[in-house]
Amino acid sequence: MWTLFHHEADIGVCGTGHTREEAFEEAAVALTAVITDPETVACSDSVTVDCEAPDPELLFVDWLNALVFEMATRKMLFSRFHVEFDGLCLHATACGEPVDVARHQPAAEVKGATYTELELHEDEPGKWRAQCVVDV
Amino acid sequence: MDTSILTRVSEFEWHIEPEGDMRVPGIIFASEDLVQAMDDKVREQVTNVAMLPGIIKGSYAMPDAHWGYGFPIGGVAAFDAEADGVISAGGVGFDISCGVRALHTGLRRADIEPVKERLADALYQTVPVGIGSHGNIHLDEPGMDAMLTGGAKWAVQRGWGDNADLERIEEQGCMPGARPAEVSTHARKRQRNEMGTLGSGNHYLEVQEVCEIYDPATAKTFGITAGDVIVSIHCGSRGLGHQIGTEFLKTMVTRAPQYGIRLPDRELACAPIESETGQAYLGAMRAAINCAFANRQIITHLTRQVFAEVLPGATLTLFYDVSHNTCKVEEHVIDGQSRRLYVHRKGATRAFGPGHPDLPAAFRESGQPVLIGGSMGTASHVLAGNTESENLSFSSACHGAGRAMSRHKAHKIWSGRQVIDRLYEQGIIIRSPSSRGVAEEAPGAYKDVNTVVDAADKAGLARKVALLKPVVCIKG
Repeated sequence: MWTLFHHEADIGVCGTGHTREEAFEEAAVALTAVITDPETVACSDSVTVDCEAPDPELLFVDWLNALVFEMATRKMLFSRFHVEFDGLCLHATACGEPVDVARHQPAAEVKGATYTELELHEDEPGKWRAQCVVDV
Repeated sequence: MDTSILTRVSEFEWHIEPEGDMRVPGIIFASEDLVQAMDDKVREQVTNVAMLPGIIKGSYAMPDAHWGYGFPIGGVAAFDAEADGVISAGGVGFDISCGVRALHTGLRRADIEPVKERLADALYQTVPVGIGSHGNIHLDEPGMDAMLTGGAKWAVQRGWGDNADLERIEEQGCMPGARPAEVSTHARKRQRNEMGTLGSGNHYLEVQEVCEIYDPATAKTFGITAGDVIVSIHCGSRGLGHQIGTEFLKTMVTRAPQYGIRLPDRELACAPIESETGQAYLGAMRAAINCAFANRQIITHLTRQVFAEVLPGATLTLFYDVSHNTCKVEEHVIDGQSRRLYVHRKGATRAFGPGHPDLPAAFRESGQPVLIGGSMGTASHVLAGNTESENLSFSSACHGAGRAMSRHKAHKIWSGRQVIDRLYEQGIIIRSPSSRGVAEEAPGAYKDVNTVVDAADKAGLARKVALLKPVVCIKG
């Protein structure tokens, strides 16, 4: 499940799931929701994403920033994600389509994911949560 | 924010007394109402910045301060390299050198009234705006290096403007000390097709009318009178700046322990100014400042093309260009001694007072024009730097209104169509590719910019000169 949470100037993205992978995937959907309704984004193209960071929380921010980069340079939006971990490395696939301004009505571009309100927790067994504020 | 935990020094100055690891006091310039409306996170962030190594005099918050990441937005802090001072990517922000540029048009409101719809359409078609847009300029690697080194000067040399423009830009439009080699492949890739684009979010291009003059003498020096038409451009270093901010934030967080820096908040990631990381960031950030200068210069060129077509004979001259997300090396007098400081302004505008040697001759007596952006239904302001702000805030003032509610909430309350129709009734034309974007940027989602500017004026940070209201707004 994904949610957006309040931040005074910007906006927070949060993903929850049974596994850390799922929490990362759901948070990525939340990232898309900052820009447009993820339901309107079809899956016609896929992109592979690889990241590496010194700790799991920084890896989460890196993951979102990698998606920000892919969206900006490919002029695409993504709605489905598959994440796998290999230690502190992440290998993922993001599935989406080119931006269609009329249909997607993109609200604001995300400049970057931040370390504000950054949390990666297993709140209870089998219930993971990954979140941070993104700058828009 | 609870004012009872602050020391009120004057009507518009509040102190957070140093305690714990704070090296200097926190100093907030605002009215009682504005302080009370600030999130408690602002106090926490001002306090955290006061703990950073080499900070001088105070950790400042401007009247529009709000909860940022690490540093508050509306935060000012100066560091001395000789006192083991630091430079912080979070203290500059992601949108490096985001700023406001204002152009004189030589036109009066009555001149544009009959053609304002056409003007709005032509500006919207000519200036790339919003997500998915790209410019018509595509930079190869040597071109990218030249832009990152030359800034607006590079753009003028390519034919996108006049030499006279450069005198009216901070650093004469070319930030020295840029190191393009420190700008990553990713940052370059994000910018390759984005030169001359406005972006989205709170960025805009507006045609505005000067509606009120508060300081006639300074307004005369600035060349503005009531009824004049001004064009304002608010944008920054686009994807390149965002990528540099992202990458150096991570590098600084990762390397902080090796520099012996204990971070009260990871977002305060910083590096000693004289360290390899600090110098690399400075070089990359300065290159991003040049990118922002060049970007606003190209948008100026596009705007001039539109006016030449819609209002032949109109001459657009640069009034001034200010940045509000930067770190600059400046000389400031501390306890009677001039010191070279690295002044971070994140969501804060430089506001040099009269006589400052870095000001163009035209503004030497009046002080620096300080351009405060509003947008759509919200007014913009022109202020002028004061001599006293040197002592108050390292010659810094506010930068805008600041949000009063989240994007999410604004989107739930208003529809884009509703906002556009209401503004149209007030004579304001909006052009935007995104209805949701307009809803999220609804005037009601922002604090009252007039209150913020009044507080800046009364606190002595800068003095009010003129109020501008939008006629046409091109919004990402």
